Parts: sequence; structure tokens; C-alpha cells
Amino acid sequence: MTSRISPDLPGTYVFDGPTSRRGLRMNKLFMSLRSEAARADFLADEPGYCARFGLTDDQTEAVLGRDWQAMLDLGGSIFYIYKLAMMDGLSMQYLGGVFTGMSEADFKAAMLAGGRTDV
Amino acid sequence: MSEVIWGLATSHVPSIGAAMDRGMTADPVWAPLFEGYGPAREWLADNKPDVAILIYNDHANGIDLDIVPTFAIGTADRYEVADEGFGRRPVPDVIGSPELSFHLLQNLMDDGFDLTVFQELDVDHGFTVPLSVWTPDPGDKWPCPVVPLLVNVIQYPQPTAARCYALGKALGRAIASFEGARTVGILGTGGMSHQLAGARAGFINPEFDAMFLDAIENDPEKLAALTREDFIREAGSEGIELIMWLVMRGAMNAEVRKVHSVYHVPASNTAAGLALFDNQPA
Repeated sequence: MTSRISPDLPGTYVFDGPTSRRGLRMNKLFMSLRSEAARADFLADEPGYCARFGLTDDQTEAVLGRDWQAMLDLGGSIFYIYKLAMMDGLSMQYLGGVFTGMSEADFKAAMLAGGRTDV
Repeated sequence: MSEVIWGLATSHVPSIGAAMDRGMTADPVWAPLFEGYGPAREWLADNKPDVAILIYNDHANGIDLDIVPTFAIGTADRYEVADEGFGRRPVPDVIGSPELSFHLLQNLMDDGFDLTVFQELDVDHGFTVPLSVWTPDPGDKWPCPVVPLLVNVIQYPQPTAARCYALGKALGRAIASFEGARTVGILGTGGMSHQLAGARAGFINPEFDAMFLDAIENDPEKLAALTREDFIREAGSEGIELIMWLVMRGAMNAEVRKVHSVYHVPASNTAAGLALFDNQPA
């Protein structure tokens, strides 16, 4: 018997226990990027830094390629992924654009127009 | 004996703090929100409590995913403002009230709420932005000591809305028996509708938010009956933060008087809301 699982809602990531377990090492890497020294270490040798945190090959590939969608699919929490985006000088509106197939400018415009009320 | 004198529910979007820190509050994009805050801030400045309790969640700054406490309380005498990656916000550290923390811990435990204890905790935007919404110019200290009460809203399964509301009621009872203060302010933070990830990113639901703003005042039981799935579907995957407003509401009287409310879209990717309630109806 399995316990009740989290809801399956279209277009929506529910960061549940199994997802968090899958992404734990990667999320720990993202959180480490709060410190400038860690960011310098990461930028000097990104594959080595990923290996040090124990990321899977898929996760390493997603991080090195800045494949934001894949990071979500491989267990990343948006609040943690955002640490890497911030390091790259990218905003949450940029990420919103990536996830929805829009440019950052179009995503921002959609928010300023009252948000995406029809999804 | 202490008494809750007000409850302030507010979004804690980081960009609200950033707009203040960078002097952008008069920009056309931000002005409607900050002008909306005005009447609440004036009333709050005239109604300073002896101590406050702030219900919030951390965002990968003070705690990580190794341990995910469902409900937790800080018991420190000081909480440093977290560096979230590029320097801490230019706001004062938070002075705590260990005496109130330990009183709440024991009374809530006796009432069936087994809280995790943080003896050290750096507080992030989830905590400091609501303080800035309350007090835009704190100088070198916030208006009073503040006790952090944390709720897991990030990792599913979050506590139910009903459990949050019940925690609030127990919190209200615990506050009433505290002899170390006279007046207490309660802040419930987060929300309103928003979703940061997935194809539905940017989702905003003004109808749900309007319903929530009305019901948090007049019919909190209705909100306490909502399921996690209801929140995620209707308010977005991050809109479930609104369960923290129910902790605040539960600690207040059955009938409260609304002092002021604000609703504005967007604060970056989020519907920003504020609702201020006087716990002493005229």
C-alpha cells in the first residue's frame, strides 16, 4: 500500500517528498551559491563543483547547460534554482519566460497586464 | 496577561523589499502598492505593540532541505538578517523575545502542537519584507521584539489549512496567558496567488484572492476547509503560502474590524495583498 501522493495539476510542479529527495544534492549546490567564495569556486570549475556535491550526470548536464526546465524536472526547487539564476544575473521573470515559452519582456508585460489569469 | 491588538497579513515578495531598498517606491510600477500601504502604516505607527509574532517561511536562506520542520519557533534573543546571495538587506537585525518564545513553546506543546526549536536562525525576505511593510523606516531597530514562527509551505505535504488555523487558535490562548507583555501584534505572511515554475508560471487568480481577502476577515472557517490541492489549483503552487494567514487569523477574535486592505498585481510574479485587522472591534 502506498501513501497518498501529491496532486497532479497540469503545468504545475508540486515539490513533494520524492521530488525533493531526487533533487537534494542539486538543491544543496544551489543553496551554497549564496556565498561569494562558493560562487568563485563554482565558476572556476563547474563540473568539478557538481561532482563535489554528488549531482547525477543528468543534473550536472542541466546545470552546466543552464537548462532551467531540466533542473525542475530533476528535482530542483524553484527557490533553490533561483540562486543559480541570480548568480547569472537572471530574474524570476526571465525564468517565468523560459517555463512558459515567452521572452522575458513578454512575460513581464503579461504580469503588468494583471498576470496570467487564463491558465 | 497579554492581548493581541492587531493582525497584519501581507505578501512577502522579495522585490517589495528591493523596491524600498533601492528607492523605487515612487516608480509608476510600484507606486500603487506603496500608496496603498499608507493608511495601514499610519494606523500601525499609532498602535505599537510590546512584542510581535511573525509567521513566515524561509526560502533557502536560513534553513535548507536536510530538515523540513512543519512548524517551528525561534527562541533566540537576536536574529541576523540573512545574506541571500548578494549582501544582506540594509535593515536592522531582529531582536527576539526568548521569554515569549519559551512561553509559547510550552503552551503550544501542552496544547498538542509539537514545534521544532531554532536556537539560531538567520531571517530572510520572508521575515524582513513584512517588517518593512509595517515599518518602512525603522532606523536602527524595529518597533519591538519579534518572535519568528515558521511554517513549511515549500515542500509537500504542507500542514493543512485547518491545522494552521487551529495552531493560530492555540497561539491566541498561549498569548493570553503570557505575563511578560501587555500588547501583541501578529503578522501572517506570504501569498497571494502566484506560481513561479511550470507552464502555468505567472498564474494569478484575482477572484480567488478577492474571496480570500473577504473570508479571512468574515469567514476564516471556510478557508480552513480548503485542501492543499484547492490552494495549489486556485492560488498557484506558491499561493499555498496563504495558509500562514490562517495562523494569524486563528489567534484573533471571532470578530475583527478591518482597518485597511490592499490588493495589487503584480509584485514581480505575485499578486500582492495586505489586510490589517484591529482585534478590538469598536
